[in-house]
Amino acid sequence: MSKRIDVKDLNVYYGKFLAVEDVNINIEAKSVTAFIGPSGCGKSTFLRTLNRMHEVIPGARVEGEVLLDGDNLYGPGVDPVTVRSQIGMVFQRPNPFPTMSIRDNVLAGVKLNNQKMSKGEADALVERSLQGANLWNEVKDRLAKPGSGLSGGQQQRLCIARAIAVEPQVILMDEPCSALDPISTLAIEDLINDLKDQYTVVIVTHNMQQAARVSDRTAFFNIAGTGKPGKLIEVGDTHTIFSNPTQKATEDYVSGRFG
Amino acid sequence: MTTTSLTQSRGAGRAGDKVFSGAALAAGCLILAVLFGVALFLVIQAIPALVASPDQIQGGEGFFAYIWPIVIGTLIAAVIALVIATPVAIGVALFISHFAPRGLASGLGYVIDLLAAIPSVVYGAWGAAFLAKEISPAYDWLANNMGWLPIFQGPASATGKTILTAGIVLSVMVLPIITSLSREIFLQTPKLHEEAALALGATRWEMIKMAVLPFGRPGIISAVMLGLGRALGETMAVALVLSSGALTASLIQSGNQTIAAEIALNFPEASGLKVSTLIAAGLVLFVITLGVNMIARWIISRHKEFSGAN
Repeated sequence: MSKRIDVKDLNVYYGKFLAVEDVNINIEAKSVTAFIGPSGCGKSTFLRTLNRMHEVIPGARVEGEVLLDGDNLYGPGVDPVTVRSQIGMVFQRPNPFPTMSIRDNVLAGVKLNNQKMSKGEADALVERSLQGANLWNEVKDRLAKPGSGLSGGQQQRLCIARAIAVEPQVILMDEPCSALDPISTLAIEDLINDLKDQYTVVIVTHNMQQAARVSDRTAFFNIAGTGKPGKLIEVGDTHTIFSNPTQKATEDYVSGRFG
Repeated sequence: MTTTSLTQSRGAGRAGDKVFSGAALAAGCLILAVLFGVALFLVIQAIPALVASPDQIQGGEGFFAYIWPIVIGTLIAAVIALVIATPVAIGVALFISHFAPRGLASGLGYVIDLLAAIPSVVYGAWGAAFLAKEISPAYDWLANNMGWLPIFQGPASATGKTILTAGIVLSVMVLPIITSLSREIFLQTPKLHEEAALALGATRWEMIKMAVLPFGRPGIISAVMLGLGRALGETMAVALVLSSGALTASLIQSGNQTIAAEIALNFPEASGLKVSTLIAAGLVLFVITLGVNMIARWIISRHKEFSGAN
């Protein structure tokens, strides 16, 4: 139920502005890959190109290929809607639908596929997804209450439950803990560790300790200066990137000497 | 530094605070005073009509018998206007906020706002002189083919000056109100929620159903209620378009009357008890509008927990 992603010669543009230049990276299935780098280096932009969410921004476009187990996401006739149902996303700020109950939030994505579900099947899926997101015990008595009444960390886990309810191949996380307190962050990190048994996980983070804790592989992005495109500097095993990187810029960044 | 420094404050800033809070309080009180004054005026002036013996009231059967047909007529016209205008307005607002290219969207928004700038007497003249004539063949068709429905019972009015025509004219008049308010609400939908829907694999329409419409629901209700207020109170257009008469179920025959048009048409020549009767009719309209607004607030508050405000 998880697929690998291979990116070939990817350029991302906002209008005429080249935001991310010439990225080549292989993301392994059933592993956690972290993207680190200074603000504005294009790591979030690049993450969004992995499920075509960058197309929400007017003028954004890409050149190159993103292959999901060999199928190009940008091939002719590929529907971004289908791409996004296979590659889920969790955002920086928790965003459960405020008008929906906890239960309906979990089922929101599934209902889109127009599958007729019996109540029993839906209940089972809600329980399975919430348990998958380590949230079941906290919310099982108030599934009909609005999702916006939960704490920030619970809301973020609800968003993860919503994402895994549609059984995606890949889960992208865009700084999922940056709006959370340390305890909630720990809960999410534990969850990411569990998720990689079943899913391919890609996480963008500003927090290098977090990248070191949760990821198997780490990619370092950097930017030469304002107005220059972001670039992938180095990618490798997390342990190697943090202890023995090949690039000087990576070493400077992970050791805190610049950034 | 002495200990008194904490108790000293910048005099000018404090004075500004007081002036502002005083002005805000005065404005709030003024609204209440005006509302109370109008209500008091209506009640006092209406009392003679309410206590008069039935045979003195126009029609000779008392105030209630006089007022209820035009209350129903008012509601019919307003409901027709909303039934036509609401879906169109929401559609146009969604098109402007989420579908149209940016250049077209601002142009279209401007044109819609222009509709609101046309005086109601112009709408009335357009409805009476143009729309009524053009639309009467459609009424004939309705009478011939759907006449089994009481609301389309024939024979259709030859002039087309019916309550349905009045309702259509009203719908054009309330369209810009509902459209521009809905558009503002739709544009405020948090990007986060739109992206949440899209990231789950929603199409644009599904995203609108999941994120935009639920978020905008209280706003849409408020917009519709403002439109309803305009439709209920609109005088000139109805007075010009509608060939009034007794209450009839058929929307395509002449007949029916609205409170506002009834007051406008009769007030200039009225005197004595007739004036009281008309003012009492105005009081009834006031109460209807108040009731509608309270119901709208209740509908909105019922879903407060899920509104996203928390």
